[in-house]
Amino acid sequence: MSVLVLADHDLGVLSPATARIVSAASTLGPVDLLVVADDAAAIAQSAASLSGVDKVLTLKGYLVADSLATQLSTLAVRYHYVVASAGSVGKDVVPRLAATLDLMPVTDVVKILGPTSFERPIYAGNAVQTVTDTQDKHLLTLRASAFRPAAGGNAAPIEALDGSVQAVARLLSSDRTESDTADLATAQIVVGGGIALGSAENFQLVENLAKKLGAAVGATRAAVDAGYAPNDWQVGQTGKIIAPDLYIAIGISGALQHLAGIQGAKKIVAINTDPEAPLVKLADIALIGDLFEIIPQLTAELDRLGVKR
Amino acid sequence: MKILVAIKRVVDHNVRIRVRPDGTGVETAGVRMSMNPFCKHAVEAAVQLSEAGHGDEIVIVSIGPKVANDVILTALAMGAHRGILIETDAELETLAIAKLLAKVVEEEQPDIVLLGKQAVDDDSNHVGQMLAALADRPQATFASEIKVVGAGLEVSREVDSGRQTLSLPMPAIVTADLRLNTPRNAALPMVMKARSKPLAVRPVAEFGVDLAPRLTVEKISPPAERVAGKTVASVTELAAFIADDVAQMEAL
Ligand SMILES: Cc1cc2nc3c(=O)[nH]c(=O)nc-3n(C[C@H](O)[C@H](O)[C@H](O)COP(=O)(O)OP(=O)(O)OC[C@H]3O[C@@H](n4cnc5c(N)ncnc54)[C@H](O)[C@@H]3O)c2cc1C
Repeated sequence: MSVLVLADHDLGVLSPATARIVSAASTLGPVDLLVVADDAAAIAQSAASLSGVDKVLTLKGYLVADSLATQLSTLAVRYHYVVASAGSVGKDVVPRLAATLDLMPVTDVVKILGPTSFERPIYAGNAVQTVTDTQDKHLLTLRASAFRPAAGGNAAPIEALDGSVQAVARLLSSDRTESDTADLATAQIVVGGGIALGSAENFQLVENLAKKLGAAVGATRAAVDAGYAPNDWQVGQTGKIIAPDLYIAIGISGALQHLAGIQGAKKIVAINTDPEAPLVKLADIALIGDLFEIIPQLTAELDRLGVKR
Repeated sequence: MKILVAIKRVVDHNVRIRVRPDGTGVETAGVRMSMNPFCKHAVEAAVQLSEAGHGDEIVIVSIGPKVANDVILTALAMGAHRGILIETDAELETLAIAKLLAKVVEEEQPDIVLLGKQAVDDDSNHVGQMLAALADRPQATFASEIKVVGAGLEVSREVDSGRQTLSLPMPAIVTADLRLNTPRNAALPMVMKARSKPLAVRPVAEFGVDLAPRLTVEKISPPAERVAGKTVASVTELAAFIADDVAQMEAL
């Protein structure tokens, strides 16, 4: 059973999610990893090092849904599975590809039970659907956070394909969040802040604690809407899905839609003034109190204990 | 210019749902239903475009049981002009929904089709993209801003790395994210007026679309329960817990 995986990348770098998608997809069959980029060379090098990859394919183009779906529909003929990460590119293109091929995709998969059997969360993760897909080709998006990354050390061959397709939609600009913190979707530790931080300046309390722990920064929708944090830090049903070993939630109530994004977290710490907040109830460890007193003390205490990553 | 908005009636997003013990699904009997929040942002976007002089007619379409009329009425009260209910009691897959919508697009020939980016029940996030393929139109998903520029649209999208702006010629398909706007609450006179706006109810069979499901849902189960944790009394205890957890992590 042959598998085509679409690589995710940004700023000429293979995204950490791809290693996880490759490891999951390689349980379905040998993987060809496709890199679609204007300049794919460097990305293809890191793609080729992932274990489980048979071959890296490169294609000139952009990750714009209309042209990408056309390119993928031509390539799909040769594969039993076409798999992408359930990130913004996979979500954009896989359903379009599915309709082009008259197939029903299975998306946001968190568990592969067998070649045709998958689990996916519904209702913001409050229920889990087990789906059997007996179509002759399977189109999947997988949640990277639910799978372990593939190891490195491989040296798969790289093959350049032709087949550039003009996109109808044109990319005018990208506004990215400049940040030296870890990748949210795959981070081992995430520190998240809510509306309680009160301002963008105060939100730096969260960012500084994250920096100390080598953690990624997350935010609630309320904090993003208020302009305290950029949209790509949002965690939840509408934002990123995270599964860190440790999630530290600061001034976050724990609305259903936020919890949707953190169900995969191994340990949860909550800091909140309200002992009845749903996130406090759910957390492994909660400290009740004012974050503006607690965070500076916590930062100092972690320093004293010599915690640094 | 004509704008078509597709909307879905779902279990209200504030309801904490209950999975039926026999694994057949989620309890929806007696549960509060409302318009999917993302669809509400799509309707609001259409009304705002129309108020800015970019939409002479806003047509709302929903696919579902007779009672889904209520969400169409909500959209009409927000300012849309007429509604279409494609009536079916079956739970259709997203591909079937997109095929039905493609038929409506063929009939109505809208310049813009707006949809919510996902429905909060099945969380699929498929239909706009599928419709774009079937109608062979460009797409801009997860929109947080829509501008009409000449004969096209400039749409800012929320993506993994931040924001991205696409330019696309009309006719185009756009799916709404939550930061696109703040949906209005219709005032009572608008709600009264909505009742006199045209609302066509059409049986699903009329469209001649193959609706047979492609996937089999074997079961619906509740998610794994988390074990309840404890509250600590001091920052020192909390710091010790975090330090310990981090140390174990590094040991991996
Ligand atoms: C369709 C839909 C999708 C959504 N998607 C998402 C999503 O993806 N992600 C998301 O996060 N939300 C999402 N939301 C929004 C969600 O419902 C909540 O509104 C949001 O998560 C609340 O954010 P919050 O916890 O920051 O704010 P609040 O709910 O207002 O909570 C603030 C918390 O801070 C505590 N607090 C206040 N002051 C202090 C202090 N000094 N010290 C310590 N604690 C303090 C309070 O006790 C409270 O618990 C969505 C909503 C809808 C309708």
